[in-house]
Amino acid sequence: MAVMGPETVDVAIEDDHLGSGGVVVHHGVIRRTLSAPQAWIGVIVIALVVVWAVVGPWLAKWDATTTDVFSFGVGPSRDHWFGTNDIGQDIYAQTLVGLRKSLVIGFIAGPGATLIAGVVGAVSGYVGGVWDKVIVWFIDLMLVLPAFYILVLLSPVFKKLSWVAMVVALAILSWMVMARVVRGQTMSIKERDFVKAARFMGVPGWTIIRRHILPNVASLLIIDATLGVGAAILTESTLSYFGFGVQAPDVSLGTLLATGSASAVTRPWLFVFPAAILVVTVLATSLVGDALRDAVDPTSGANRD
Amino acid sequence: MIGFIAKRLVNYVILAVIATGLGYLIASSTLHPISKFLGRNPPVNQDAIDAALDKMGVNPEVPVLVRLKDWAVNLVTHGSLGTSTGGRPVTEEIAARASTSLRLLLIGTLLGALIGVLIGVTGAIRQYRAFDRVSTYGSFVITATPTFVIAVVLMILATNLNKLVGHQVIQFTGEYTAGLQGGFWSHLGDRAIHLLLPTIVLVLTSAATYSRYQRSAMLDVLSADYIRTARSKGRTRGSAMIRHGVRVALIPMSTFFAYSFGLMLTGASVTELVFSWHGMGEYLLSSIHNNDINAATGTILFTAVLVLIAGTLADVLYAALDPRVRV
Repeated sequence: MAVMGPETVDVAIEDDHLGSGGVVVHHGVIRRTLSAPQAWIGVIVIALVVVWAVVGPWLAKWDATTTDVFSFGVGPSRDHWFGTNDIGQDIYAQTLVGLRKSLVIGFIAGPGATLIAGVVGAVSGYVGGVWDKVIVWFIDLMLVLPAFYILVLLSPVFKKLSWVAMVVALAILSWMVMARVVRGQTMSIKERDFVKAARFMGVPGWTIIRRHILPNVASLLIIDATLGVGAAILTESTLSYFGFGVQAPDVSLGTLLATGSASAVTRPWLFVFPAAILVVTVLATSLVGDALRDAVDPTSGANRD
Repeated sequence: MIGFIAKRLVNYVILAVIATGLGYLIASSTLHPISKFLGRNPPVNQDAIDAALDKMGVNPEVPVLVRLKDWAVNLVTHGSLGTSTGGRPVTEEIAARASTSLRLLLIGTLLGALIGVLIGVTGAIRQYRAFDRVSTYGSFVITATPTFVIAVVLMILATNLNKLVGHQVIQFTGEYTAGLQGGFWSHLGDRAIHLLLPTIVLVLTSAATYSRYQRSAMLDVLSADYIRTARSKGRTRGSAMIRHGVRVALIPMSTFFAYSFGLMLTGASVTELVFSWHGMGEYLLSSIHNNDINAATGTILFTAVLVLIAGTLADVLYAALDPRVRV
């Protein structure tokens, strides 16, 4: 899918957002973001999910591996809030363990990909010339094959090492589109007077990128990191569902769904609870990301009447 | 325009070739065909192992770059992708599976893009009305749900419907009913019914993403001066929207189509797998389990060719919609 035309359909910061001080002045981005109810809902839901993942296990008396010999495969009850599986393990406890793992994976892989995108995009756009061409070509190359297929090919490595290897691979395979966007922004920021002034004063390239370029694309990066969390959780769960991601004894929402979906018709609680929590978490991150995008980019539609 | 397309096509071909080569290298380093022969009792004779591995061209004793070269030469001279661990030529396997995957992918992509564009345009024109709100939140929920969860949920619904009606109205396991008696039409109908749920899954997921981008592209266009100009020179609202609005709003979509095609492929593979279709997605997955380097690389090549075609199509669309590219 590489490739393509001159511009992507992504967020574009208008030039008049650049203040004279050299740092983009997003007049009240936070205020505008939070004025959208969807952002509020998203932030609150993410906070609740994270807090619940941390303290949830103490609220119920079962842990994820203990077998309750008096209830095999029973539905939600006062004793087992989310029911039990065929060997009497508590689904509430298992869901929380899986949720923790999925959250950790999402919160590392998403921002990790953004970090790579920021650095590569800014360097490519700032340096220009041959290096820029090489980097863009490399990005196009990495976009040819779907990341999911590469992850499947790499999965024997995850089995040997651990889920951490998968997190790293997830980040390495999902920075490309954002890097192109950052590169485009960098090329326009580079031509602005404050960057030229810094360059003519002899400020080294790395410092200019760190001090002038990255702060000016920070809003893009924040949006990307937010949306990346959800995207990473989705990819992880799909990989794990087919047995290529998180491996036993580790548990993630994906592995829970894999075992739960087999009996989704007869014992729906095995499937419904992990699925609902997965969807709610990802939905919350995308609500926040979308509200941020609307607040940063005045042309994205939501602010325009 | 021909020059523009030709230049892009050459670029795609080079990218596809290198991506396939890299795919071969990754597969060779992560998959170990020899593991099938190790740990057997009685132990397999080393010569027999070597002979079997050499026949497939996957002997780890041979440097990987030499194996890649042999594989490529074999492909160019004989049009062969090597043999699978099961003993069948990879090209034969792909030929048998490709139509299964392509049928789903083609119907899903086209319907998904069409419905997504329609929803997006309608949502933009009637911004903040009920339809816009419902479609926006609906697409949010769908994009936040993994494809396999949508598929499983639809299967549960279909099972319940079947129970309610009392017989199998919607069949969803596999691509067709095995051992079905009857003529051409009953076979066609059978396949169509099996296609129903997978297609819905694919259309839902792709229409959800397309509609969001189309809506935002359309909103950008609606406030443009040329729409007002078109209106003031006497075009009706609908005609101005379609001739000047939708056409321009589709330009960024052609780029987005090329970018999102990889996601479509992934979605199609996942859908195939959940509904137990014997397609390319299943071939890739089983190649990992079987440590089958040739099969994995064959799938990668197949994918790269699809991406190449999709990218070229997007470029043609781009050139057709945007006259600036044609000069």
